[in-house]
Amino acid sequence: MLEKATGASPLLEVDGLHVEFRTRDGVAHVLNGVDYHVEAGETLAVLGESGSGKSVTANTVMGILQSPPGHVTGGAVRYRGEELLTATPERRRELRGEHIAMIFQDALSALNPVFTVGFQIGEQLRTRRGMSRRDAERRAVELLDLVGIPGARQRVRNHPHQFSGGMRQRVMIAMSLALDPDVLIADEPTTALDVTVQAQIMDLLAEIQAERHMALILITHDLGVVAEVADRIAVMYAGRIVENADVHSLYANPCHPYTRSLLESIPRVDTKGSALRAIRGLPPSLTRIPPGCPFHPRCPMAADVCSDVVPPLETLPGGRSSACLFAEELVGR
Amino acid sequence: MTPILEVEDLVKHFPVQTGIVVKRTIGHVRAVDGVSFDLHEGETLGVVGESGCGKSTLAQVLMRLEPPTAGTVRFHGEDVFAKRGKALQALRRQIQIVLQDPYTSLNPRMTVGDIVGEPFEIHPEVAPKGERRRKVRELLDVVGLNPEHIHRYPHQFSGGQRQRIGIARALALRPEVIICDEPVSALDVSIQAQVMNLLGDLQREFGLSYVFIAHDLSVVRHLSDRVAVMYLGKIVEIGTEEEIYGRPSHPYTQALLSAVPVPDPALRAGRARIRLSGDVPSPVDPPSGCRFRTRCWKATEICEDEVPDLVVRGAGHHPSACHHAEEQHLLPSS
Repeated sequence: MLEKATGASPLLEVDGLHVEFRTRDGVAHVLNGVDYHVEAGETLAVLGESGSGKSVTANTVMGILQSPPGHVTGGAVRYRGEELLTATPERRRELRGEHIAMIFQDALSALNPVFTVGFQIGEQLRTRRGMSRRDAERRAVELLDLVGIPGARQRVRNHPHQFSGGMRQRVMIAMSLALDPDVLIADEPTTALDVTVQAQIMDLLAEIQAERHMALILITHDLGVVAEVADRIAVMYAGRIVENADVHSLYANPCHPYTRSLLESIPRVDTKGSALRAIRGLPPSLTRIPPGCPFHPRCPMAADVCSDVVPPLETLPGGRSSACLFAEELVGR
Repeated sequence: MTPILEVEDLVKHFPVQTGIVVKRTIGHVRAVDGVSFDLHEGETLGVVGESGCGKSTLAQVLMRLEPPTAGTVRFHGEDVFAKRGKALQALRRQIQIVLQDPYTSLNPRMTVGDIVGEPFEIHPEVAPKGERRRKVRELLDVVGLNPEHIHRYPHQFSGGQRQRIGIARALALRPEVIICDEPVSALDVSIQAQVMNLLGDLQREFGLSYVFIAHDLSVVRHLSDRVAVMYLGKIVEIGTEEEIYGRPSHPYTQALLSAVPVPDPALRAGRARIRLSGDVPSPVDPPSGCRFRTRCWKATEICEDEVPDLVVRGAGHHPSACHHAEEQHLLPSS
């Protein structure tokens, strides 16, 4: 709110977003008030397990939420202060690709198998920029070159199945960059890849982001990848942001029991630990989210009050926030 | 002490149709191409490698689900592939498998009780008919499931619970060896730890030996006593967990370790970074000599001409299949 008053609205802002999926088995409360924002040149990692709502948030931002079953029931998404959820379909289409672009986990199913990659990259340039076929292909070659595909001039005429997994992910990155977006959303971009290829792709994304001063929203479940590239982290659980902090503070001093437990439960390649401290129980079903704090049935710190009150995302010293009633006890622990 | 499982020069080639390889009329996918290792009683041997390195084929051959092209596997000194009929069936009791995907490896039309109890149908000598239900309940309890849920179907369980069902099934016949083929890679972060701890507890309780196959180097380090690193159908380096992670000597192992993200942003700047270029070559037509040479920064002429043997080299302490093996400390110490 303060930022509004000074006239500098964030580049992209998600504000109190609520989304529900109406299914035959009842209403699933997929997003229950998600807030985050990202600035130019910044990498925001949205961290969460499957079903936490991280991809649904991204799809809503992009305007590609499947509806039905998905329905936005509250909140707002703003790009440079402009409200997106109430914008006309034409305006949204204008913003998509041109200003906010997205890459997906599974490049093979995200690319069209019957067209060459050059055609698919050039398609946006032809329809949006009015380029000729030849110019669009020339630009596609430049883009493929930029993302490190060897022999781009020949490869531009290849179809997606002729590329390896890592190379396909590069093609998708090239495609997302075609219209020079200033926000790039990457939804689990390396989850399907081998570790040596994953490192290549993460390096590439970081390099491109720094060069173009883009905002990068990295959606992932991998605490290792996040530690390597993120500036800031938003941790999601059951459709809410439970903690938001800069990367160093979050790992050094997690201020939400869920984040703490996650960090304690993963094996690390650089140490041989003793038994892992597993989180008990399961993430809640989104059709039956427990009352109060959604994490309380699994929380080692839970008290009686936790099942009554939904803890709001409260600001803590150091520009971070946590949605735990006992967050202050965790600070500096 | 003789190892419980001795694998020697194991080879598994899958034939390819004519026309895929230009030079020959018929080519072969060399999925596993000369793999040797020992598994000792009560230990966990981790097998790591990227997709296509042959680690799952290795599991299939060890289980005798696929006949080998060449090589031998001995279980307590006896040749596994020579066994037929009754002897083979007795052997199958001793080596069981836990599969990766808990969604496709359980029959959706069978109840949990039938799934976990099915091994007793095939091996009735383990549990007489009247006792089977009780045994199944016991097994469910051992893997941390509610024995009351014996009549439920797989779809009524979460991914982590399904993996527990798969583990209960593998335990039913009280095997000595369990081959775990990516048992936690389909699970969420918070559930992975539960299943890994369970595998550790069961090993201690029943004195099991594990061949633990995974692509996640952190998971493998956590559970393994010894580790074998595979690349294109061959083991490139093998040693104790401490040797492989603390002072790897094969360039591929070094590149793998430097690529694994460490969940600690404070270590971001100070880490050695080795970035491999390109992709893994096709196992149909692997490079001559050392298979890693096309992506290796140390490659010289000898790498092209001579296949490096998996032996202890120079000042090294554990076997490494590299002509230029050199131990290096790579991971940040914390």
